Amino acid sequence: MKIWIKNGHVVDPASGTDSPQDVLLEGDRILATGPSAEISQQASNNGATCETLDATGWIVASGFIDLHCHLREPGGEASETIETGTRAAARGGFTAVCPMPNTRPVNDNASVTRSILERKASVRVWPIGACSKESKGESLAEIAAMKKAGIVAVSDDGRPVANAKLMRQVMDYCRSLDLPVIDHCEDASLATGAVMREGQTSVRMGLRGMPSAAESICVIRDGVLAKLTGARLHIAHLSTKDSLEFVRGSRMHGCQVTCEVTPHHFTLIDEDVIYDSNYKMNPPLASREDRDALLEGLADGTVDAIATDHAPHEPASKAVEFDKAPFGITGFETALPLALEQLVHTGRMKLMRMVELFTTGPARVLGIERRIAAGQPGDLTLFSTEHEWTFHAAESASKSRNTPFDGRTFKGAPMATIVAGRVVYRR
Amino acid sequence: MNPAAAAPVRPGGTNTAENSPRDGVTYRFRNLLGMEPLTAEQIVFLLDQSKPMQEIQHHPLKKLATLRGKSVALAFFEPSTRTRISFATAASRLGADSMNLQAESSSLKKGESLLDTVHTLDAMKPDCIVMRHSSSGAADFVARHLEIPVINAGDGTHEHPTQGLLDALTVRDRLGKIDGLNVTILGDIQHSRVARSNIHLLGKFGCRFKLCGPAMWLPRELEQIGPPGCSIHRASCMEEALVDADVIIVLRVQQERMNEPALPMDEYVMLYQLTEERLKMARPGALVLHPGPMIRGLEIDPAVADGPQSCVLEQVTNGVAVRMALLYLLMGTPPEEPNASDAAQGNRFYRPNVSG
Repeated sequence: MKIWIKNGHVVDPASGTDSPQDVLLEGDRILATGPSAEISQQASNNGATCETLDATGWIVASGFIDLHCHLREPGGEASETIETGTRAAARGGFTAVCPMPNTRPVNDNASVTRSILERKASVRVWPIGACSKESKGESLAEIAAMKKAGIVAVSDDGRPVANAKLMRQVMDYCRSLDLPVIDHCEDASLATGAVMREGQTSVRMGLRGMPSAAESICVIRDGVLAKLTGARLHIAHLSTKDSLEFVRGSRMHGCQVTCEVTPHHFTLIDEDVIYDSNYKMNPPLASREDRDALLEGLADGTVDAIATDHAPHEPASKAVEFDKAPFGITGFETALPLALEQLVHTGRMKLMRMVELFTTGPARVLGIERRIAAGQPGDLTLFSTEHEWTFHAAESASKSRNTPFDGRTFKGAPMATIVAGRVVYRR
Repeated sequence: MNPAAAAPVRPGGTNTAENSPRDGVTYRFRNLLGMEPLTAEQIVFLLDQSKPMQEIQHHPLKKLATLRGKSVALAFFEPSTRTRISFATAASRLGADSMNLQAESSSLKKGESLLDTVHTLDAMKPDCIVMRHSSSGAADFVARHLEIPVINAGDGTHEHPTQGLLDALTVRDRLGKIDGLNVTILGDIQHSRVARSNIHLLGKFGCRFKLCGPAMWLPRELEQIGPPGCSIHRASCMEEALVDADVIIVLRVQQERMNEPALPMDEYVMLYQLTEERLKMARPGALVLHPGPMIRGLEIDPAVADGPQSCVLEQVTNGVAVRMALLYLLMGTPPEEPNASDAAQGNRFYRPNVSG
């Protein structure tokens, strides 16, 4: 079975390609790329059946990778399952997603990892394992066994490792296993009880604020430990100007530090917060100054990836007082449209750079390759930069509806998502 | 899906007051959630509406029939004595019944969500809900899910709008105006909903603020929370805070705040207690306000609390008047659509006669 993607415009940061090209898939791989005339010959070779996908007016990119999401299974099936979450991911143009281990039970051993990988999924699921047993920050999880079972990184995500010695052990161990260590940087003592970013808005609204220092203190600590251990450190959902500065500084010291930024952190700021728990996420929405720094870091190459931190919560759990609601918003289906809106249509960056943030950037964090070339996996994201539409949370494929972007009108959308040579989503 | 979450949501939970086209000085209020969204004109209107209610407090027979047949749900999710009694008294003096929900006995203790609780209350068909809650924004959140008016009787560390109004009424009665005053607020400003409502209200009238208290309760962002152009200054000591003050608002020191992080109580008394000696640094005749409950000997010297400059008991009396005015405005027949039978019975003492 072949798929011939016709008349699209290939944007591939790995090769620097930015031109009209057709792509031919066979089985689960890319068979060829090139001008229509060449591809048409190969498409009809051997008389094998060939499906055509007309991509006129669309961008053809490597499959998008989301380094940070929550699929809630096992344990949180009321909010999301791997099946519904990956369907939402496919609708958002993602071909691979990395679910965090904060499930019930925690993904801290190979049997949980395997059970996650056995579930029905629309896109590739690349699980992230826990750093410590039950993410309690006390002793190392079975990281080597989880790696064998299929994890691509480790993190204690929402319950970051507070103990520096344990973090050092995690980094030492993961260096030997060649796994990146992802840290949700948050100093628990500074963040206790906080529900939004500390600043003028939190003071005005009477909501307990988390100082931006809660994040940057940990970024510094992790950078120092990365230097000590030589581990590959990845900063999850980086949200402040200071953190970005410290990432740059750590790199100057020779550390292998990468970082990701979420669409909501480059789109919204603390001033946008209202008493609606769809504006409550962790890290909280940052100041205007921080957001502007993030936009700069996304454009200048400091930031490696855009990650959604898709965090579904069933409606009842979010329909409560602001300070009692859980943190997090859904993100798969609005990530690309927000990136186009904030980064590309505003002229802040070229489309090539945005595609890098969804493809080769996250791939580099994971130590894998992502390019559109013969022999590569048949994972592609086809999107329009012009298609106008309105996002309705009620129509989302996710089981949850917690998003501040309900009803937002976008210019640009994923049009088709192809995983291992199979079309898993078609707009 | 959760029935509460599926309930109809009205857009915008903020105060919705509309200007009546008739003469531009009569305002209708959908809710009262805070002082921040109100205009100076709306506030003057509310204060003026409280005047006739103040007079009633001094009548031998205080009960009116204006809101006869109406009922007010008093939903106090946080323990409160004075504000709850004040609202209950206000409702009763207007002839309305009140339905009481108290935190200690409520189903919240059994794990019911706030939304389910207020929907249950709403199903008993009150005409208005008065709500106090420990979460900032809780009244705003509830207002977006209910059709009936919501009055915020204190939400977390956000606002306490009726306290703001009764303070302003008290100041206006004593000093004849609320414009351009020097207002000093003492204590834990960061966690004070009273301070916020006062700043939002008085700030709209050109009052200048000095805030004074322990540094950890005075984040610098407080200087920016007022209306545009509002002067708010953090004073480093009581002397600086009190000089030229026309009004001094002493906040209650909440014992629970003393413990996180620990603040030595003796040092608080030494540095920030409003004493007779310190009061002399303010303008002669400066007013001393306290939202209560007061802890004598901690934030305030008993001699000041009982002295001639203290307005503490007037504040309490005015609290009933302000709340009567609000209940009337939110639940009464709107002035634009006079109820013929009411008018015939002559029990509408209220006449909008505010000059712009």
